[in-house]
Amino acid sequence: MELFLMQLFNGISVSSILLLAALGLAITFGLMGVINMAHGEFIMIGAYTAYVVQNFFKKYLPASVFDSYCIVAILLSFLVAGFCGLILEKLIIRKLYGRAADSLLVTWGISLILQQGARSIFGSPNVGVEAPSFLENSLKISGMLALPYKRLFILLIAVICLLGVYALMFKTRQGRNIRAVMQNRNMAASLGVNTSRVDASTFAIGSGLAGLAGCALTWIGAIGPTLGTNYIVDTFMTVVVGGAGSIIGSVFGAGFIGVGETAFEFMTTASMGKVLIFVCVIILLQFRPKGIFAVHTRSLED
Amino acid sequence: MKPRPAMKIKGTTILVLLIFLFLGTLPFYMPMFRVSLFGKYMCFAIVALGLDMIWGYTGILSLGHGVYFGLGAYCMAMYLKLEASGGALPDFMQWTGMSALPTFWKPFVNPVFAIAMAILVPMALAILIGYLTFLNKIRGVYFSILSQAMAMIMSTLLIGSQAYTGGSNGLTDFKTIFGKSINSPITKIQMFYATLIALVLIYGVCRFLTGRRVGRVLIAIRDGENRAGFAGYNTASYKVFVYALSAVIAGIAGALYVGQVGIISPNEVGITPSVEMIIWVAIGGKGTLAGPILGALAVNGFKTIASENFPELWSYFIGVLFVVVILWLPGGFVSLKEVPGRIRHVIEVRKNEKPRETENFVSEEKQSRAH
Amino acid sequence: MEVKDPVLDIQDVSIKFGDFKAIKDVSTSVGKNEIRFFIGPNGAGKTTILDAICGKNKVSDGHIIFHSDKDGDKDVTKMREYKISDLGIGRKFQAPSVFGGITIEENIELAVARKHSIYCTTFLKLSKEKKDYMNYVLEFIGLQDKRFKYPGSLSHGEKQWLEIGMLMAAKPQLMLLDEPVAGMGRKETEKTAELLKKIKKDCSIIVVEHDMQFAKDVSDTVTVFHEGQVLDEGTMESVQRNQKVIDVYLGRG
Repeated sequence: MELFLMQLFNGISVSSILLLAALGLAITFGLMGVINMAHGEFIMIGAYTAYVVQNFFKKYLPASVFDSYCIVAILLSFLVAGFCGLILEKLIIRKLYGRAADSLLVTWGISLILQQGARSIFGSPNVGVEAPSFLENSLKISGMLALPYKRLFILLIAVICLLGVYALMFKTRQGRNIRAVMQNRNMAASLGVNTSRVDASTFAIGSGLAGLAGCALTWIGAIGPTLGTNYIVDTFMTVVVGGAGSIIGSVFGAGFIGVGETAFEFMTTASMGKVLIFVCVIILLQFRPKGIFAVHTRSLED
Repeated sequence: MKPRPAMKIKGTTILVLLIFLFLGTLPFYMPMFRVSLFGKYMCFAIVALGLDMIWGYTGILSLGHGVYFGLGAYCMAMYLKLEASGGALPDFMQWTGMSALPTFWKPFVNPVFAIAMAILVPMALAILIGYLTFLNKIRGVYFSILSQAMAMIMSTLLIGSQAYTGGSNGLTDFKTIFGKSINSPITKIQMFYATLIALVLIYGVCRFLTGRRVGRVLIAIRDGENRAGFAGYNTASYKVFVYALSAVIAGIAGALYVGQVGIISPNEVGITPSVEMIIWVAIGGKGTLAGPILGALAVNGFKTIASENFPELWSYFIGVLFVVVILWLPGGFVSLKEVPGRIRHVIEVRKNEKPRETENFVSEEKQSRAH
Repeated sequence: MEVKDPVLDIQDVSIKFGDFKAIKDVSTSVGKNEIRFFIGPNGAGKTTILDAICGKNKVSDGHIIFHSDKDGDKDVTKMREYKISDLGIGRKFQAPSVFGGITIEENIELAVARKHSIYCTTFLKLSKEKKDYMNYVLEFIGLQDKRFKYPGSLSHGEKQWLEIGMLMAAKPQLMLLDEPVAGMGRKETEKTAELLKKIKKDCSIIVVEHDMQFAKDVSDTVTVFHEGQVLDEGTMESVQRNQKVIDVYLGRG
């Protein structure tokens, strides 16, 4: 029983990172019809931002305030990744609206450039980031069952972000505009919604969330230039399962992939786990080819 | 009634013939190691042709063709490995502590079986995956993402089951092929020409198909899949067909590749090599048969030169090139000759449209006041 | 309304999208060589019914029986769209959707070939008879001079005709046209009316249209839809006198 709960917790922990990464991807896909393969590289950018912040604190500030680096790292990883996303959107993504396959390829090219950039700046070997000391311990529930604070903290960040995105989408004018553009771009534009501003800001927020995911990842493992590639497939699968543009879909997808993969890997091997979750996704899509929470349309070719 | 425009040999056909001529005479004036390199590039050109059939003509973007390439290559490599060990346990299995040859390895001692499998295994997997996805209308980027996941899974599986596949080292250290030393110049030349013949034949098959009505159906599916369905075509079966065809082509390329390069490892199977295959087609020019051949040869040739001289810059270069081609040259290199005309057109359109550029900026306040 | 010798019987059909019932117990029959118009306000369910006949929408309740000349009576509600097309039902969508990557002639060619298997499209060539018919269709829609061009160079009206030509080429028993004259000028509309009257000699046609003049000129009978139900059915003159129809639809104009 404890083992089961531990696995469940691990699964949820994986899910929380997937959710952070997938939220932005799902919204931008639903909003602009753009698939961003460089999304994984925003995870990497966030991770390296945290790494740089940590180094700065180590080098220039007294050891007593070191733990507070994590607050700075969280904020900066969001801002830096978001800013990079904004630039990318302004320069390239906006030329690709509605051309999903093309956007996929172009952003792949960009991800190659970004990866090589990271390699040039930080070197190929993985680097580690020290977690703040207050995250080092675990919450002991019982003899066997101990929940690491790091993972609990990441879960907390994910929940806060989810609530934040939810509030943004459904409680603010910005969110209303995003939803309007998602449903009918031309109509929204003719009603006076500045669609290009909506697109750019949404893309930036999505990228920022990926950066946050990267920051969170630094506490549970080493990071390297190819960090993004390791997560991008799972992130995409999350979006595919959940359905483009749906927040609740992303939550479901992240839970499905994260918990499912952990469970399968626990029962079989790491590689078989991946095969089994893939089979499950294919089976799910047999019934809902556009994801569980996809929106219906009446157009002929979609 | 207007007569059909006179048949004229298109520039792209001449280009392909020139490429074939160049490749055919290559061994007469190039050093051996360059010939082998071009042998490898030709395998890539074969894959690119298959990919173009499903992407350029049918509009299905597969990011997982490394899987089929790998399956073909591993089937062939199993045969080569067994021939090197004389039918006994291959070296890597001894290292991992296997005591007997796994059952599924045994028939691969026979080269005919191995070659048949290099074709049939990719075909079977492609038909299975194709039916599961296309029949239930999983399409567009959803399919692309699934195919990419497949590439990742394939490479994880290969690495994970080291005792059967050689793990991340892959299969290598071959000695003979069909009883002849694999490293002798004569065998190398023979393999080079075998690959060239395969390339020419597969080009012929693709040309035949695209010239027939089936080719037009594929284009129709690309332009409007549902419309093609309402015109009475079972689009799912066409898609499965062309997907399986391209998988078989990739499998053949893989089998030819492993003999010439002497190694196949998960590195040639995963996400990155699979997307690279797409890059060849895109840069050469999708939707033509000359494009993928040209793209595969040129990109890989350049990659070799670049990684010999400035390996750091290669990733930047290919990344930028890819972005530029997709954004501004969707027809790839073979469409370069149309570029001057297009630029002129764009300039003219700009000139005519300038006066009404700022019209859809109604401020947001206006909108909220209206509520 | 009783129809002699029907081609299509729609029997108590309901269509649901989630909880929303778009079509409620609709029944009607379309006769041979009849031009039937489906009219009614936006959202009345006209296009939804067409979608159901050609296999694009699933029917929640009821049957749609097609009386095929070659295959007998078939319920098309559970069939895949390409099978329905093979039976002899052709569909034109609202926005012109022709295949941009192949020439105009090849567009017609794909439609005129009635053998659709991969084997046939790979190895068989069109028979002389089919080729002649293809030429006839090209001439009929007035595009014979542009046959080697790509559809991208056509005007909106010409694209609509090309699509009607593609339907004709398939020699269906029943054609479903969704707003064939939307976006056309008066002249083009008149030409389309001529086309339809000629086509009618060989098949039945269902048209969804808002252009009342066009409906008056071309229709044999009309069915008026309102909120997913049939409000009235009959000749144009008779439904125009129906007070309910005037209230919900015609009267506003």
